[in-house]
Amino acid sequence: MEEKEVILSVKDLNVIFDLRGQTLTAVRGISLDVYRGESLAIVGESGSGKSVFTKSFMGMLDKNGRVSGGEILYKGQDLAKFTTQKEWREIRGKEIAMVFQDPMTSLNPLKTVGKQICEAVMLHQGLRGREAKEKTIEYLSDVGITMPKLRYNQYPHEFSGGMRQRAVIATAMACNPEILICDEPTTALDVTIQAQIIELLRDMQKKYRLTIIYITHDLGVVAKVADRVAVMYAGDIVEVGTAYEVFYNARHPYTWALLSSLPQLGVKGEKLYSIEGTPPNLFMEIRGDAFAPRNPYALKIDYELRPPYFEVSPTHRVRSWLLDDRAPKVEPPATIRRMLERWKEVEAHE
Amino acid sequence: MSEETREKILEVRDIHVSFGRGRKKFEAIKGVSFDIYKGETFGLVGESGSGKTTIGRAIIRINPITSGEILYHGKRISGRIDRETNRNIIRNIQMIFQDPMASLNERAKVDYIVSEGLYNIGGFTDEKDRSEKVRKAMLDVGLPPEFASRFPHEFSGGQRQRIGIARTLIMNPELVIADEPISALDVSIRAQVLNLLTELQKQYGLTYLFIAHDLSIMRFITNRLGVIYKGVIVEMGDTEKIFQNAVHPYTRALISAIPQPDPLTERDKRVYRYDPSVHHYENDPPVWTEIEADHFALINGEEKRAYEEGRVRG
Repeated sequence: MEEKEVILSVKDLNVIFDLRGQTLTAVRGISLDVYRGESLAIVGESGSGKSVFTKSFMGMLDKNGRVSGGEILYKGQDLAKFTTQKEWREIRGKEIAMVFQDPMTSLNPLKTVGKQICEAVMLHQGLRGREAKEKTIEYLSDVGITMPKLRYNQYPHEFSGGMRQRAVIATAMACNPEILICDEPTTALDVTIQAQIIELLRDMQKKYRLTIIYITHDLGVVAKVADRVAVMYAGDIVEVGTAYEVFYNARHPYTWALLSSLPQLGVKGEKLYSIEGTPPNLFMEIRGDAFAPRNPYALKIDYELRPPYFEVSPTHRVRSWLLDDRAPKVEPPATIRRMLERWKEVEAHE
Repeated sequence: MSEETREKILEVRDIHVSFGRGRKKFEAIKGVSFDIYKGETFGLVGESGSGKTTIGRAIIRINPITSGEILYHGKRISGRIDRETNRNIIRNIQMIFQDPMASLNERAKVDYIVSEGLYNIGGFTDEKDRSEKVRKAMLDVGLPPEFASRFPHEFSGGQRQRIGIARTLIMNPELVIADEPISALDVSIRAQVLNLLTELQKQYGLTYLFIAHDLSIMRFITNRLGVIYKGVIVEMGDTEKIFQNAVHPYTRALISAIPQPDPLTERDKRVYRYDPSVHHYENDPPVWTEIEADHFALINGEEKRAYEEGRVRG
């Protein structure tokens, strides 16, 4: 692989929320580099902090939340130091744009779809009047909306779910961003439409040389779109690697658990693997490995000391004591063993 | 299960359901027929608006059917029925709803929510009997019985769905209609609820009608499957046979759209889109055709020949 250019670099990021006098640590010391032109998927269950993590790049944390430590480096600026809306306005949309889960709530129901996209075109591309309108129509047809001239004057309620999501993507594209964050872009949609939206996002990525960060819990979607995958648990990235590495050579017990709980990989008639217990309380300080109480492979040290990252390959890092030289060799679950079989195929492929 | 030993518990015969009237009339179900056998899991799959939920709701008489009939153990349960039959189907056919956040009464305690069905049919002898039944239902779904004194907002999504399952179980039903029971849940919880449904089926010999849009879950949980498109079943049969050998272009499109957690195959896969204009039904209308044992599809003569000559593969 050629030398990759880091576009966004997060260093030891901490995000906290003040809730009724208590402090909730939603992101606990994440370091991650995002490369130009890649698609990175962040996966994890709800409450793992994946949305909070990405919202912190755009200054979109709720009022009671703030970055309490670490750096977010983007084009020589440290976004973590931003305080005023004026500073953020230079980043939001222009540099980093976002596509949300529910297309109905991210569009204004009182304005025509065309107007809403046009707004972004005027603001970010400095076009006016007819020029702006023409550009908007171009974006509409770009995202696969048929009869864009007619659609320009329609309201969001006249659009179907898939069409609305296309319109949202058009708005994001009109901002001409470098990075696009897609927060569960397909969860609210039907399977067939889902596939179309994913294809659209991939086309847009090629056309505009975008860097896309997907936030999702659908590992099927991840397999389709992601170059790299970061697995989040309790506000921390526990495993990160290329999609092949995370799917076929997973090393963290939490990644194992996620993969083996999928019905697609299960064997009919057999019980699916399910993760016992609940995620840790983020109001409390977490000692050791956050996943230890739910981890059938937990070692004694997991309850005492937070594991560092172990490098499996230059692109593959895992935060688990199981990778330490002193750790006992453990046998991963059957589903994972089947996936490991295919790792050989990947190696042969490369 | 062999053909002879299978007992039909539900027969749906050419039902039509329409909403609205006059010019606004919309026919959601246009002649659907299927059977459900005892102890099996029958799945209905289709995209939103295809009418799969309407069928489930028609069976438990929420949506009245305009024509056709539904038989339960050979007895008609659609249209006008007597009180006795009505009570019988309320007890024996229960439903689990999609959104556990919306389907529980926020102002009632779990104890009441779970036993509401019993109140309706007088399903208990005294207070002691009732609380014992609630206790058992709670334990069956893996919730501590003490939780019965709590309100729904105190529970997580997965726990709420368990409550939804407990209130169907307490009626001791024979057929459970599960309408997208796991699509509103988080990935890690889905496996738990799927396991629970399978366990309960084994334990109580339940029969499921499983309604979902996600074919990957269907492959895992159902024995037989009906694929529904715009109010019409286009393909039906043994689940594995349909996956191995899908004939109708709509089924093939649905199968190709499932994202597999497998980057190697997913990378180069092109999603096949269903376009109804591929059919040439003007002179050769589609008929319900047997493809192989326990596998039927709604295709016309030309499509059948194409299938037999192996032209539909891929």
